[in-house]
Amino acid sequence: MDKRKLLMGNEAIARGLQENSCAIATSYPGTPASEILSSLAYFQQSREKSMHIQWAVNEKVAFEIAYAGSIAGLRTAVSMKQVGLNVASDPLMSAAYMGSKGGFIVISADDPGPHSSQTEQDSRLMAMMAMIPVLDPDSPRQAKDMVTLAYDLSEKFEIPVMLRPTTRVCHARQDIQLEDIHDFKRQADFKKNPTRWAATPKFRYHLHKELGKKLSAISAYPATAPVRLNSKTNSRRAIVVSGIAASHTKEVIKDLNLWEAIPIYQVLQPYPLHKQFISHLIETYDEVLVIEETTGVIEMQIADRHRVKGKLTQTVPEAGELLPEIIQEIVCGFVGIKSQPVLHPSASDRRPTLCAGCPHRASFFAIKKVVPKGILTSDIGCYTLGLNLGAVDTVLCMGAAISQAEGFYQAYKDEPKPPDIVATIGDSTFFHAGIPALIDAVVQKVPIVVVILDNRTTAMTGNQPTPATGIGVKGEPLETVDIEMLVRGCGVKFCHEVDPYEMNKLTLLLKQALAYSKNNGPSVLIARHPCLIDELQKNKLKRPIPVEVTNGCDGCGYCIDHFGCPALLLDENQKRIHIDALLCNQCGVCIQVCPKHSIKSRNKSIESKEDL
Amino acid sequence: MSQAMTHQIVISGVGGQGILFITRLLAEAAILKGMSVFTSETHGMAQRGGTVVSHLKIGNFYSPLIRPLSADGLLALKAENFDQHGYFLRKGAWIVVNSDYDLKPKYDGPLFSVNADHLARKIGNPKAVNLILLGFALGVIPKISEAKRGMFCSVEDIKTVLQNRRPKENMTTSAKEKLDASLKAIEAGYNFF
Repeated sequence: MDKRKLLMGNEAIARGLQENSCAIATSYPGTPASEILSSLAYFQQSREKSMHIQWAVNEKVAFEIAYAGSIAGLRTAVSMKQVGLNVASDPLMSAAYMGSKGGFIVISADDPGPHSSQTEQDSRLMAMMAMIPVLDPDSPRQAKDMVTLAYDLSEKFEIPVMLRPTTRVCHARQDIQLEDIHDFKRQADFKKNPTRWAATPKFRYHLHKELGKKLSAISAYPATAPVRLNSKTNSRRAIVVSGIAASHTKEVIKDLNLWEAIPIYQVLQPYPLHKQFISHLIETYDEVLVIEETTGVIEMQIADRHRVKGKLTQTVPEAGELLPEIIQEIVCGFVGIKSQPVLHPSASDRRPTLCAGCPHRASFFAIKKVVPKGILTSDIGCYTLGLNLGAVDTVLCMGAAISQAEGFYQAYKDEPKPPDIVATIGDSTFFHAGIPALIDAVVQKVPIVVVILDNRTTAMTGNQPTPATGIGVKGEPLETVDIEMLVRGCGVKFCHEVDPYEMNKLTLLLKQALAYSKNNGPSVLIARHPCLIDELQKNKLKRPIPVEVTNGCDGCGYCIDHFGCPALLLDENQKRIHIDALLCNQCGVCIQVCPKHSIKSRNKSIESKEDL
Repeated sequence: MSQAMTHQIVISGVGGQGILFITRLLAEAAILKGMSVFTSETHGMAQRGGTVVSHLKIGNFYSPLIRPLSADGLLALKAENFDQHGYFLRKGAWIVVNSDYDLKPKYDGPLFSVNADHLARKIGNPKAVNLILLGFALGVIPKISEAKRGMFCSVEDIKTVLQNRRPKENMTTSAKEKLDASLKAIEAGYNFF
């Protein structure tokens, strides 16, 4: 029977974890890694002894839970996007020293491009800094196979192993042969050993030396050694590839009929690079071209610099995704054949926007109205798209909205007219990294307004639950944490919840919050309304308010410029706004936006939202 | 079908139109027919109303991405995708586009357009633009005489994939209604030509 199934890279990784008896898997959502954990939940249905799968409040917590499972002897894994690894870098560095017991895989998904990230950072450099081995899959199929390889490696050397897929592996789909899943049999068995698991600096020194020895042995480990793809070719030049760039290069080389002309090596474990392989390259070839994403990690380990062409020689671009057409040009240049110039699209892409009816748009509209000249710090999530409305001045990293707001206040505090400062941060982001910053703002008595955009979900990454949701990744009921209590617990005395659809109320509260903060330190508004595309909250949505544009509309374009709902379209010829019925989610907020009161509810009986 | 037979198709539109869904239907149809398949998808921020593009490669490939001047066809759910993704097409490739105006003067290869938004409203399923365009493509592409390679699957294959997505027994009423609506949308597109 055909046991092939169409699997996305992230699903393939999840399947690999299942087939290898992973007992605990944790994560915090982030593109391109999010689907790993949700797929695990899907594959787990109907299993007798099920693994523990959970969304953690952030990547650091996720890492530490999975790591403890490993030192108790179980096979575990933690998954995240590359910037999530920054958050988990503290336990990563120490876990490398102490090592693991049960196999422990750190999955960090990189995003060259970047397509949906703040940076193009290469997680393999983090592996190098932590001194742990990293595997670099070239496809969904290889990603699944590498889970097996990673567990074997991790358990043989008692070391955490990083699996580093990139967007084009995570979000590619491929037909993949499934293996059976066996229920895991291992029992937790934590063996106390304070000199290792609670090591003081003196013992850390020994652990560091041990780690060096492990790495040296791993750089000679046969199972992860580079693979020669075409054994019969002879040349003074060779190409070394890894990850998705290996897949692109293989296809390019085949199409250019160079398969028999130039030796190709695929590196499975970019760090530590196998010592024998480095010697082989230097002894055999005059020139070696290295093609990898994103930083030259393999390249920098090949000691004889004048033989190596890659990022450091500007042969391969150092920023951006290595698309196959770019690789084709590089390969052609290396072997000395004419290449076609890289083509680009003749039109630019449409920019993303907040959904029609998105509660964040209503919040941003009110904020812009109350503080038109203020400094508006924001954060990571769908609401970053408040950029389109001019309501987002800064986006740095998770949680920075509040601390940057603090910093702006300190920068301007001696000015005669310091600007009003409003920070916007999503509910999931607030839980993830906003709380310490809010405590700091309270302690420093910083006069800022923090608006927590609470749509009760982690929307951008596919509507994963937050600690306030009360539902786990498998749909199981969990405890909830109340945001208002948390805010008050941080020491904030002015904290109100408001539905951003109620524009007048939100505007009034914003003015009060601003006034309060001037003398008393930070005030917080929780702008709460369910995300419209979250299936879990469909039943919580309010009664729809279908709208119509009346003859009073003169096409002034105010709603387009300041509200920017994609369902509002300006007809230049007719000088009038039209509603795109397909896009409109009938939130009714535009009724409150139009300065000429020319957008009306079609529910004649309903004039005010308050009584809904 | 010989092993050497390959198909490379670009499918694009705007986040929310269901590009991922029809990419997946086509990929599953390829598996159903015993072929190897690769897709590459857009996830993340672009899904909020930005440009979304899928690459679909049927046959023996290493890379999930299609290179410029290589695609055999473009399935465009918005007319603007023609300018955004036309550069992927090889000479003579087909284009199937959802458009309310004629794009023929811009392209010298086989091009078929349908106002799928209008058709979707007509059948009372305004969000089924993706399935209508897919049905339409499956109807018109086999009619191209000059194209060396048509479509790798038939409208019947896609219907089978849709029907296989959920087990027939214990299917809920709403799931059944959804399936019927999907099949109807595919049919509407297929029979439009």
